[in-house]
Amino acid sequence: MIRIMTFSFSLCLAYQWLLISMLSFEIAVAADGDSKATPWLALVRNVQEKVVKIYGAGGVARLESYQSGILISADGHILTSWSTVLDADTVTVVTTQGQRFEAKLLGMDPRLEIALLKIEATDLPHFSMQEHPKPDVGTRVLAITNLFGIATGNEAPSVQKGNLLAYSDLKERRGRSGVIYQGPIYVVDAMTNNPGAAGGALTDWNGNLLGMVGKELRDPQSNFWLNYAIPIAELRAPIAALMEGKALAATNVMPQIEQPHDLIDLGIILVPDVLNKTPAYIDRVLPNSAASRGGLAVDDLVIMLNDQRIDSQSRLRSLLQSIDRADSLDIMVQRGSEIVPLKLRRE
Amino acid sequence: MNILRARPWIVPGLAIATVLSLFDISTYGQTESALTQTEPLDSNLEAVVQSIEQSRIKAIASAIRPTVAVFGNGGEGGGSGVVITPDGYALTNFHVTSPFGNHMRCGMSDGKIYPAVLVGVDATGDLALIKLLGRNDFPVATLGDSRQLQVGQWCFAVGNPFLLATNLQPSVSFGIISGIERYQYPAGTILEYADCIQTDAAINPGNSGGPLFNREGELIGINGRASFEKRGRVNVGVGYAISIHQVKNFIGALRSGRYVDHATLGATVSTDDAGRVRISNILNRSDAYRRGLRYGDEIAEIAGRSIRTTNELKNVLGTLPSHWRVKVKYRNADGLNETLVRLDAVHSNEELLELVQGGLPGMAPEPKDQAPKKEDPKDQEKTEDNEDSKLKDVNLADLSPKPSLEWKKWYIEKDGFANYFFNQWERQQILSKYRESFGTISPNAVWQLSGKWVGDDRVVELTLQDNKIEFSKGGLSQSIDPKQGISKYISKRNIEGLPLVLGLWRELMLNTGNAKGNLLDNALYLGTMPVLGNMTLHHVLELQISDTKMWAYFHPENGQLAAIELYGDEDDDPVEVYFDQPATFQNHSFPTRMRLQFGVEPTAVFLLEQANFANTPASEAKPEESGS
Repeated sequence: MIRIMTFSFSLCLAYQWLLISMLSFEIAVAADGDSKATPWLALVRNVQEKVVKIYGAGGVARLESYQSGILISADGHILTSWSTVLDADTVTVVTTQGQRFEAKLLGMDPRLEIALLKIEATDLPHFSMQEHPKPDVGTRVLAITNLFGIATGNEAPSVQKGNLLAYSDLKERRGRSGVIYQGPIYVVDAMTNNPGAAGGALTDWNGNLLGMVGKELRDPQSNFWLNYAIPIAELRAPIAALMEGKALAATNVMPQIEQPHDLIDLGIILVPDVLNKTPAYIDRVLPNSAASRGGLAVDDLVIMLNDQRIDSQSRLRSLLQSIDRADSLDIMVQRGSEIVPLKLRRE
Repeated sequence: MNILRARPWIVPGLAIATVLSLFDISTYGQTESALTQTEPLDSNLEAVVQSIEQSRIKAIASAIRPTVAVFGNGGEGGGSGVVITPDGYALTNFHVTSPFGNHMRCGMSDGKIYPAVLVGVDATGDLALIKLLGRNDFPVATLGDSRQLQVGQWCFAVGNPFLLATNLQPSVSFGIISGIERYQYPAGTILEYADCIQTDAAINPGNSGGPLFNREGELIGINGRASFEKRGRVNVGVGYAISIHQVKNFIGALRSGRYVDHATLGATVSTDDAGRVRISNILNRSDAYRRGLRYGDEIAEIAGRSIRTTNELKNVLGTLPSHWRVKVKYRNADGLNETLVRLDAVHSNEELLELVQGGLPGMAPEPKDQAPKKEDPKDQEKTEDNEDSKLKDVNLADLSPKPSLEWKKWYIEKDGFANYFFNQWERQQILSKYRESFGTISPNAVWQLSGKWVGDDRVVELTLQDNKIEFSKGGLSQSIDPKQGISKYISKRNIEGLPLVLGLWRELMLNTGNAKGNLLDNALYLGTMPVLGNMTLHHVLELQISDTKMWAYFHPENGQLAAIELYGDEDDDPVEVYFDQPATFQNHSFPTRMRLQFGVEPTAVFLLEQANFANTPASEAKPEESGS
């Protein structure tokens, strides 16, 4: 398995900035005195309270059943990383205060690997999604995550400190690292991207949200593990769309159609449906079918159909039931770690 | 296994370290030059920064001095430690000392290598106490208060990561407190990290046993573990330290030279739907059961710490030594109750010995068949050469055989002990201090005591002599013959408990020469424990007397006998007598207030008015005449 990855670190070190951030560091150190509620400790507590622990599916085959999430509204909207953890009937969210909630999946954007959850609560501490000036390289940062699932029960998530090393593009050549996101990232020098950290918050030392901690990422050639976060600026518009319910609602009421699509007719044969939620992997593509013309390939995993999330074969079948045969299908598949959009049309 | 004992070979994952250090150099390196190149800033600000920088430099400098690099006698890996008393007591991890046996070698930043001997072991909590030899003025770490820690506070670890301290200069890594009150599961039943501190200061193999300091340079924890999964045995930003709060609870027990154990409630708990921690199973022979805790009761507080989750219960219990008696608050149909519970031990003595001596999982015990090799005179010479040239780097391989056999003076092998020498040593200290305050003892003397029970005007007289304990009140006389068995008197739960305890204590005090009397001088020193849930820790001696077990508590400062507990049948509460308000009778210091108690309810209080400790059996005088 050959994987080559290039990280183009634009390590343009702003000396002046580093100096200033070094000073703010010293002052923060000074502020951390003996008294219990120094501004610095209050700030740490404040950002901790805006991060939640998320528990869902997993616990087998090196897949963690936990991750992190960021509260982005007082009403319980949570930004997190889209992963198998969310493929559970019940996704549980635990706040820093130890309150437990059952979360609803409002939507997801597979190209950015983000998901939006919602818990039924009000007056929650949350990060503002407003624009901030782009942080300079050298900015001191905090990462607040549920890494390794260390924080159990009503414990608060873990806090780590570090610096922004680079603002760069994450580009994977023929990427098979398991990470789908391609785009700008903040590279940090703290060991942030551990199991369960994905979805956590990266903030500056004023408590401003800079980014969402990404999934674990390793370059197999150098055995280098990258610690990074997706800049919140990249996520602002997609999150707004998800919050407005425009994209990718998980559940919809489906209209009854007289002549709907079905899999065989499209030329799709899935792997045997043996589980409660068997993933919609393609086992065979029939020749001269809509599927073969559209470019569907064996081992593709169907993850979206007409902007609806597909988490299982049964979901795919039932959704096809709601689409008229005359209409074309926008389908999105995961091929390795690439996301490939396809269009299927009957002749 | 996430424990962090280092072995002397190249650590996989060096590539990662190199790449990261490149980044570090590019950022921090530039910062340094930027500081000198840029125009002067606001002068006040600069002064603030300077003073903070200076205080940090000072804290780190003072923290380096008591830090030790712990090595085996054959250069077979090692770890870190920290000295906490001027006479050389030092803390480290059990998993560091475990392969080294009963003695090891410790390098300090003064460039010297000191021989050290194992004192006590807490395998359950991964803690070991060792004693460095050769000085009485070792630099010591100041113990901080880890209960006050908050997430975000600055801290730094000092130690010997990857066994880098070959020139005996420890490494320092700086970080923040990432989490507090963390629970890390044990390996089987040992190496449990309860209520521990999580930090992002780099903790690597070899840092084990080394100190974690707060920004002021106070010792807040003993580093020992890290989370690793896929990245090899290198720091991934998550290290754990045993809190100094827990360490303080165990130091007394560790100084006893024993294999000490942790506490259990004798009950299991589970969290119900409403998030309450309820008893799901309870042993009916546990003290918790005797004190009224039952299936379904909610645990609200233990040892002053509130319990809201099962993890919190594990956190609190995991920091307490076995047999401590602590306050417990629990809720049942009657509402909230408060009581005192004697905690059980997690392991039986046999189990604990097996675990400690069996070697750690994944770690080969020190090969015994290589022992003769260490006597190789060539190797010895080599070592001496190296120690002479102190400032030169010490080659790890040259840390092998140490000619000094100093440790042998501080070590006594005995079954069931890490080092029996220290049990004997501590016991002698306690007894000589107590005997000094009591005064010279007349052999075979009859003790005659008189006084009154509170609330009863009649004079009570006690006549204590060998195998005969007499007590009378208002002309009615009773007697106890200890030869006929003692535990039946304990079962009675009445005021006979007081003369019984006093009579037995007299025998222990007087009979120092004969077979029976050697009991006190062969007592087992258990370490320090709270009295009645009060956290002023007292020294405790344990003695077997006929069919009972006695625990005698001595005050840590004045050395006075503070309490005696006498345990009979397993199902019975012990007799407890608490001593107070000492006065002097014929040059003997003796308490005048004695409170008798079974369970948690005081039974009666006796006020001593007169005492005579020097009557010979022949001239047995009447109490009235014997008053001082």
